[in-house]
Amino acid sequence: MSNVPAELKYIASHEWLRLEDDGTVTVGITDHAQDLLGDVVFVELPEVGANISVDEEISVVESVKAASDVYAPISGEVVAVNESLEDDPEIINSDPYGEGWFFRMKPDNMEDYEALMSADEYENEL
Amino acid sequence: MTDTNTQNTNTQDTDNQAPQRTPLYQSHVDSDGKLVDFSGWELPINYGSQIEEHEAVRTDAGMFDVSHMVVADIKGADSKAWLQKLLANDVNKLKVVGKALYSPMLNEQGGVIDDLIVYLTNSDETEYRIVSNAATRDKDMAQFNKVADGFDITVTERPELAMLAVQGPNAVEKLAQAKPRWADTLSGLKPFVGADLTDIEGSDWFVARTGYTGEDGVEVIMHGDDAPAFFEQLKAHGIKPAGLGARDTLRMEAGMNLYGHDMDETISPYECNMGWTLALKDDRDFVGRTAMVSKRKQAKDDQTAMKQVGLLLTSRGVLREGMAVTINQGTDNEQTGIITSGTFSPSLKNSIAIARVPASLSEDDKVQIDLRGKGKFVDVRVLKLPFVRNGKQQFDS
Repeated sequence: MSNVPAELKYIASHEWLRLEDDGTVTVGITDHAQDLLGDVVFVELPEVGANISVDEEISVVESVKAASDVYAPISGEVVAVNESLEDDPEIINSDPYGEGWFFRMKPDNMEDYEALMSADEYENEL
Repeated sequence: MTDTNTQNTNTQDTDNQAPQRTPLYQSHVDSDGKLVDFSGWELPINYGSQIEEHEAVRTDAGMFDVSHMVVADIKGADSKAWLQKLLANDVNKLKVVGKALYSPMLNEQGGVIDDLIVYLTNSDETEYRIVSNAATRDKDMAQFNKVADGFDITVTERPELAMLAVQGPNAVEKLAQAKPRWADTLSGLKPFVGADLTDIEGSDWFVARTGYTGEDGVEVIMHGDDAPAFFEQLKAHGIKPAGLGARDTLRMEAGMNLYGHDMDETISPYECNMGWTLALKDDRDFVGRTAMVSKRKQAKDDQTAMKQVGLLLTSRGVLREGMAVTINQGTDNEQTGIITSGTFSPSLKNSIAIARVPASLSEDDKVQIDLRGKGKFVDVRVLKLPFVRNGKQQFDS
C-alpha cells in the first residue's frame, strides 16, 4: 500500500502539492510514482524564475527503468528548485514527500490549487 | 507524471493465462520481492532496490532465482552427434565430465534461435544437459525435436528442477559456510565446470561455476521441493536476494547478451559478438553454417556488415534499447546503428549500452545519440565489452 499523506493535494498523474506558510506551493512525486519508477538516477528540474503553464512538461525523472515526464500541476512561477537532487536523486525514492521535493512555485491563482484532488480522491484513483 | 513503461516486463496478462510461479514464489513474497510478469513467469524485479542488489553482487554475494530457465537432459547413443549438428559450437571440446560449453543455436538462415549452455554429464559422451532461456522454450524444443529426426536420443525436460544463481566475490565462500559438505567440491570447481552433488547432498543437486554477472559464483540446480529451504539457508549466511533488475544491469556491465534484445532470429552470431563461440575449423555440418558463412561474406563485400560494441555516456541521461546510434552526423559519411540494450550502470555511475553498429566503425568516427528524439545529439564513447569484470572497470576513464 503506498503512502498518501492526508494534508497534501494531488493530481492524477502522481504528483503532490503542499501549501507553505508564505503562499508558495511545493511540488513532488508521490510514493506510488517513485515505487513504479524504481531507483531514480537523474532529475531535470525547471529553471528558477520560469513561468509554467498547467500541463506543461517541466521536469524529467530518469530511473533505471524509464524516463518519465513531470507536468506543471497548475500555472505559476518557479521560485526554488531542490538542488540536492542533482547529487542524490535517490532521495526521491527514500523520502518522496520530504527531502525528495522537486520545486516550489507561486501559483497564478489560489483557486487552481484549491480545486485539486484531496488525499482520499487520489487514493481512490490508485 | 507520465505512466512508466517497464522494460522486459508486462504488468498486464497478455496471454489470458496466469503467469507461472517457480518453487521460490513464496520465498520472494516473504523477502518483500516486487513481483512482475517476466516471459509468463512471476518473478521479483527487485526486493527493494535494484541498485543495492547490484552492488551486493559486485562487492559481496547475491542470489537470483533462475528456475524459469529450461533444463533438458539428453540421453542416447547419438547424443554427441546430435549436438554437433544442432549447435554452432562443438561439444567435442568437452573432454571432462561436468565441463560446460556456451553456444548459439542457429536456424537454417544462420540467425540465432537461442543462446544456451550444454554440459557433458557422462564419460561415454552419451549424456548431456542443456540449460536454455525461458522465453524461447517452445521454439527451442521444436528445434531440438526437428533436428533429432534420425538420431537415437531422448530429450527430457526437467520442469520440476529449480535453479539459484549465487554470485559475487564472496559467493562461493558463503555458500561453503552454508553447506560445509560442499566445501571440497567447490574449492576444486573450475570456471565453466559443473559437478553432480547427488552423493554429497541428494538426488538432483548439481552445481556449476557459471554465471551471468561477470563475478565469480555458481549456479545451483536442485529439486523444486528443496529450493525454499536452500534459499533461506543462503539468506541466513549473508547472501542477498537479488532481482531481475539487478540481473540486467550486472550482465550488461559484463557485456553479456540478452536473447530477444541483443540478438534474435534475424541476427547472425557475427553481429552480436558471438563469433568466438563458432567452431568452424573442420567441415562439421551444423544447422545454419552454410547460410551464416555466405551471408557474412556477402555483408563484408557490400559493406553492410555489422558488429557489436559497448557505448558509455558520461553526461547526464540514460541510453535505452531502440535508440538510434548516429555516426558522423551531418557529414556525407553519416551512418546508423542501434542500441540493443541500455541502462544506468550502478558500478560506473554512468549510462552504458550494447549497440549494433557498422563493422567498419573506427576511432575516427564521431558517435552520438539523440536521447530525447528532439534533434539534440550527445557524444558517446565506443568501448570494447565488457565494461566491468570481477568488480573492476575494464577501460581507462
